[in-house]
Amino acid sequence: MSCSRRDFLKDAAGAAFVSSLPLSAFVVLTTDEAKAAVANATVRWGYLVDTNKCTGCGMCVKACKNENEIPYDAPVTRTWVERYVVTKDGTTHIDSPNGGRDGFTSDKIRDEEIDPDTIAKAFFVPKLCNQCDNPACVQVCPVGATYKTEDGVVLIDREWCIGCGYCIMACPYGVRFFHPEHKVADKCNFCYHRITKGMMPACVESCAFGARRLANLRDPDDPVTKIITTERVAVLKDEYGTKPHVFYLGLDNNVR
Amino acid sequence: MKRHVLHPLWVALGVLGLILFARLLMVPDDFGVHGDSFTYNFYRLGSVEDWKNFPVKYQGTDTCVECHKDNSRTHRRSPHKKVQCENCHGPAGNHPDDVEYLPLNKERSMCLRCHADLGYPASTARSNLPAIVDRHHKRRRECVSCHNPHDPREDVE
Repeated sequence: MSCSRRDFLKDAAGAAFVSSLPLSAFVVLTTDEAKAAVANATVRWGYLVDTNKCTGCGMCVKACKNENEIPYDAPVTRTWVERYVVTKDGTTHIDSPNGGRDGFTSDKIRDEEIDPDTIAKAFFVPKLCNQCDNPACVQVCPVGATYKTEDGVVLIDREWCIGCGYCIMACPYGVRFFHPEHKVADKCNFCYHRITKGMMPACVESCAFGARRLANLRDPDDPVTKIITTERVAVLKDEYGTKPHVFYLGLDNNVR
Repeated sequence: MKRHVLHPLWVALGVLGLILFARLLMVPDDFGVHGDSFTYNFYRLGSVEDWKNFPVKYQGTDTCVECHKDNSRTHRRSPHKKVQCENCHGPAGNHPDDVEYLPLNKERSMCLRCHADLGYPASTARSNLPAIVDRHHKRRRECVSCHNPHDPREDVE
């Protein structure tokens, strides 16, 4: 058997390449390394609203507007509280004056007196952005100015938004609005600047009754996550397939 | 084929080239897909930092307690203990560094947010709070002129 110098060098180079492969190509990850490889898999923000506890004081709306620099007297808000009064004849009366910013201090609903004896049930429902897993608002954005972060919060890039308003139309929950000062779309982002610093959103912090709570759904030991996973919670407009991540305890059929 | 037939083509290619060049200049480097979904994760990465750097205004009761020990001691023992300071005193912001005094809202409407009687059934959380009918209870006076907001069980001297 003869072997030219050229053949020898070729085979040697090939062998060196193959022998180097297993080291670089077949790395077995430890559990921690695998977790780290899936970016930020340790956090997925969710939210729990306990409508049984809400008293309609509106402190959350006030705090939200102050914290997030939403013009206080403009008819826009990132979160709001709705009042539902169901009378015994089956009629539902709904209002949310100023988004509930000043609370509900009058028993009149849209200037209508309702006799307390005819009321079957009454309750308050706080609303905010649902930080959907399939956000319709993000799908329709023509410029990539709104997006979902790795921890599940839908944000708006104020420098990139052109203010076309498609997302405002697309949101089934009506949580988006046009910011009167920045001239871009705006909505609740769970106070992203606070939750990324380990603080609670302004609305959660200001709720004296524990009706609003934040959860890290990836942490099975999180007390709020435990409630969401073990108790009977509901989401708004499930039929839209947006997979909302704001969960409600004690949600009534009249809530839309 | 005569060369003038191709002139519109060169113009069109030139315009396309200009658009691509302008796009190169205008789209930031960090714009792209950051995540596993082109639909949901197509964005400018710097925007996330922009939001993280948004200034915090509500500092939380734990911050207030550091200096205002007397009032916080009263407040901590009272039925109002879950109402955070900044709900009534307003957001602290950089207090006391740049704002020395926080404006205090003493209006009746502040207290009525929780303590107005709306006449709802007991199943409503609101109905479990002590409540007044605004027009029947000392109409012209501020609530805090009689009730101590830090501990409503105490009367004001």
